Amino acid sequence: MLIQQFINGLTLGATYALIALGYTMVYGIIQLINFAHGDIYMIGAFIGVAVAGLVSNNFFLTLGAAMIGCVALGVTIERVAYRPLRRSSRLNLLITTIGVSIFLETFMVLLKGPQATGFPPILKTTTWRLGGLELSSIQLIILLVSLVLMAGLQLIVKYTKIGKAMRAASEDYDTASLMGININRVISFTFAIGSALAAAGGVLVGIYFNSVSPYMGVMAGLKAFVAAVLGGIGNIPGAMIGGLLLGLFEVFGVAAGFSTYKDAIAFALLIVILLVRPTGLLGRPIQRKV
Amino acid sequence: MLEVKEISVAYGVIEALKGISFTVREGEIVALIGANGAGKTTTLRTVSGLLRPRKGQIFYQGQEITRLSPHQIVAMGLTHVPEGRRVFARMTVMENLEMGAYTCRSRAEFKANLERVFQRFPRLAERKNQLAGTLSGGEQQMLAIGRALMSRPRMLLLDEPSMGLAPLLVREVFSIIKEINEAGTTILLVEQNARMALSIAHRAYVLQTGEIILEGPAAELMERPEVRKAYLGE
Repeated sequence: MLIQQFINGLTLGATYALIALGYTMVYGIIQLINFAHGDIYMIGAFIGVAVAGLVSNNFFLTLGAAMIGCVALGVTIERVAYRPLRRSSRLNLLITTIGVSIFLETFMVLLKGPQATGFPPILKTTTWRLGGLELSSIQLIILLVSLVLMAGLQLIVKYTKIGKAMRAASEDYDTASLMGININRVISFTFAIGSALAAAGGVLVGIYFNSVSPYMGVMAGLKAFVAAVLGGIGNIPGAMIGGLLLGLFEVFGVAAGFSTYKDAIAFALLIVILLVRPTGLLGRPIQRKV
Repeated sequence: MLEVKEISVAYGVIEALKGISFTVREGEIVALIGANGAGKTTTLRTVSGLLRPRKGQIFYQGQEITRLSPHQIVAMGLTHVPEGRRVFARMTVMENLEMGAYTCRSRAEFKANLERVFQRFPRLAERKNQLAGTLSGGEQQMLAIGRALMSRPRMLLLDEPSMGLAPLLVREVFSIIKEINEAGTTILLVEQNARMALSIAHRAYVLQTGEIILEGPAAELMERPEVRKAYLGE
């Protein structure tokens, strides 16, 4: 029973982690909470639904198409809506992200209507039973795909030239540009990766719950934001851990009988973190210049 | 090599530079000295593209660079070592050097540059896998300079390389700056430590509240009573 809840929690948490990574990476570089990020996840799920039929329900092609589509969307949003405001006050930018979020949601409502649609059957569901444990093939795929994507992200950030430039820019934006790093390119790349991960999350969740709707990104986005703060905003491993922990908290909370308060658990957690450890689990203490 | 013409820079309504002009010729060390808040750092940040001047023009090797971005300016061989070292503390020494070589095109070029930097700063070679944040202040300054040399600059902008260092280390840093210059790199040096700066510079400009009030050969400025009184503590 306990192990079963653990598996369910990890599955849910992995999808939070995929979304949380986008929040944290963007925040790490330009100190912006991109509130439209949850909607990129939603669009990713819709692209998945639209593409699945065209590629005869091939899972990997569907996933790839959603990721590529959202890369284009994320980069375009940054370019068109955020970049022109980079030098204006932080609040203006924050409000702009909310504006973009509303735009994307409304756009999808116009296009598809507000109701939820099912996801095409692109994965055969097999359920393995072992003793009292149940593991569905969908859960396994969510865990595996998330794991591969997160490992890939770690490799990119740690070993590639652009990944190192991302880390340099997140430590010290001005000095990174003095190294000859084109900061705009780094920011575009960051949005690209974050959006791709969110799209993957959208497709996986769409399949898992067999439901895709224009407002699915609101709660998922907020929770992923909590996950990012829980791990320490700006910290990549932190977002992964935060996502997984949040998933576990939710599932165990429901198992303990608080299912009515399922969505409140994340926000209660947020309040606790902000009170006890505002920099998050892996966050560094805020450094102030003298 | 570098020609700054009448640049004015303002932060909001506060004018930090009031139309200053100066030149740096190829092969020189030129010092820009002045008190805190005189506009020295602002000058360097404007030359390297981090700040945009309200008025005026900047030419580097005959080309106008006034409106270029920092990364474009670095690619032209003009590299800025910022005040306070600003190493990437959570990255290793090696990764810091790799960032310095960001504009490097080939692996071979990178290796050659790395070798040269390690030769000049053997300490960095010993500590290449250490996080830069764990280095001592002197080592961080060496890393900041070494990192800048990784782009093989033709000209270096150095902002307060002596800041926060013990006197012995200050001496060492300045002798390294002199060596770098003798190896063919032109240097614009900003310093509060006027005595050290004037001792290695060919020429110098004195900046006071956003204006250049004196200029001339470094040795000559060192003899000027007003300089001795205001900046050399006599």
